[in-house]
Amino acid sequence: MMHPDLNRTATVVDPVVNPAVNPVYRRRLWIHRIGIGLSFLAMSVGLFFLMWILFTLLLKGFGALSLDMFTQSTPAPGSDGGGLINAITGSLMLVGLATLISTPIGILAGVYLAEYGEKNWFAQVTRFVTDIMLSAPSIVIGLFVYAVYVANVKHFSGWAGTFAISLIAVPVVVRTTDNMLKLVPHSLLEAAFALGAPRWKVGIMVRLRAVKAGVITGVLLAIARISGETAPLLFTALNNQFYSANMNAPLANLPVVIYQFAMSPYDNWRSLAWGGALLVTFGVLGLNILSRTLFSQKIPK
Amino acid sequence: MLSASDQDAKYIASGLASKAMLATMRKQRLQDFIFHKVTFSFALSVLLVLVGIIISLIIGAWPALREFGPAFITTVEWDPVNDKYGALIAIVGTLSTSLIALLIAFPVSFGIALFLTEICPAWLKRPLGTAVELLAGVPSIIYGMWGLFVLAPLLADYVQPFLKNTLGQLPVIGQLFSGPMMGIGILTAGLILAVMIIPFIASVMRDVFEVVPAVLKESAYGLGCTKWEVVRKIVLPYTKNGVVGGLMLGLGRAFGETMAVTFVIGNAHKLSWSLFSAGNSIASTLANEFAEAESTLHVSSLFALGLILFVITFVVLSAAKIMLLSMSRNEGTK
Repeated sequence: MMHPDLNRTATVVDPVVNPAVNPVYRRRLWIHRIGIGLSFLAMSVGLFFLMWILFTLLLKGFGALSLDMFTQSTPAPGSDGGGLINAITGSLMLVGLATLISTPIGILAGVYLAEYGEKNWFAQVTRFVTDIMLSAPSIVIGLFVYAVYVANVKHFSGWAGTFAISLIAVPVVVRTTDNMLKLVPHSLLEAAFALGAPRWKVGIMVRLRAVKAGVITGVLLAIARISGETAPLLFTALNNQFYSANMNAPLANLPVVIYQFAMSPYDNWRSLAWGGALLVTFGVLGLNILSRTLFSQKIPK
Repeated sequence: MLSASDQDAKYIASGLASKAMLATMRKQRLQDFIFHKVTFSFALSVLLVLVGIIISLIIGAWPALREFGPAFITTVEWDPVNDKYGALIAIVGTLSTSLIALLIAFPVSFGIALFLTEICPAWLKRPLGTAVELLAGVPSIIYGMWGLFVLAPLLADYVQPFLKNTLGQLPVIGQLFSGPMMGIGILTAGLILAVMIIPFIASVMRDVFEVVPAVLKESAYGLGCTKWEVVRKIVLPYTKNGVVGGLMLGLGRAFGETMAVTFVIGNAHKLSWSLFSAGNSIASTLANEFAEAESTLHVSSLFALGLILFVITFVVLSAAKIMLLSMSRNEGTK
């Protein structure tokens, strides 16, 4: 009779073949889990800060939203109530004019870079410089406009403010237009050339038209960017306590008003600052979302 | 060389072209010429603006640089009353806040980029990616207000005492965490800057992680690597240049941030080892003092600060661009 133990095969689990008990593998698995867990954590931290900021704005700014805010001008120090209508109007004028100036310049410069800029060293240098200007400190742009314009005419003005924020908007439009135009397939352009179109028609009527939505995205993103810029306006357009539509004098604008009112000791000033902050942020975020959804560019085939 | 009209006559005579067609061709050549020149001039204007900025900053800063010489960069005092200026406080403030921001932002952005490229399910990628980019869209002044009214009290009440009791007790680095805990100061400014530059670094890293050829990652998975090992040993070494470029881009951004820093840095012309103390950065000095500066030396010193800021930002951003360009050169490979 066979010994009962001989009928069984070895039941010792072999670590080399079975990963579940292999100590080296288990350690690698744990390192992997910790790494991925930390990555989840990082994503949550990012989202947490976004939610926190938006929530704070809603909490503190909602109370300031009222009909008064849209009908009255900024209050004098110490007086009650007041609104932001002069700042809102001023900002709309500044941003609107800056967009009108920077959009054609940016689009045409982008067209040059895409059309003539493949091997051209000048175009490479311009692209490089544009990308650097995208991230350049905006307060230095304010200094430049002050030195070149304000110091010479000896007064702050809305025109100086418009000039300063156009300088910030142009690189955004140039970069987006250039990137979008490069996506147009060459077969489309060659077909247009084959039909006898001159270069400018191919560049504008075929190429630019194919990426219309993408270019509009670029313009919307530029608008979103310049709506929130404060630093370049600090020494160009300055601020104005009263309602004024005079572009040749200091012009009230939301960002500088928010800056002055936020750090002040008056309650109604601080509450107006939060209300203005709410307006600016949700306007900017709305433009961002709009450009990504309504105007999202389908790559032309 | 035949004249234009002789050449036209030849074409017409040989039946290759009609008079109308030649007229159209000439018109189109003129239109193309104008098109080239107009678009070229607009592209040139961007370049001219950069040159103009540098020149105007140098002209504005010249009186101060002539008065103080190279010692301007190492002098500590900033005294508008006696007209004596030195840039060291502002430079140290800028560098220290940006460095703190980078140290905090690097792991968080890396985690976010890793999540979005490797772990995230496809239907969640776009909304989460957009959410991270919305963080970049929030204007700088909003960060300043949030920092001053929401974050600073929290830091003063909870975080700073905690840091003081733990890290502040250690021998050498304890000095960094000593002093009065007001909530505003270099540490708070660095923290806010970190939140501001996270989306920029994360989006550059994400673009760069997506360039890694799938065949490399699949080979690693085929050998039995865990996801983390693939990232650490395949993705990161491949995208080294891009990651460093992204970090330098974030650093360049942090150097130039004005409004957020101005709100929470405390605006004090003092140099101190403690991170809890108030200080000043170049941008915040400019924002606070430029509109009211009176003496020409004061204005000129502020211009000199602006020049220094522009130069260091330009250098860091150029280095970032060069690193990212070397990364995108590999983009065409599969």
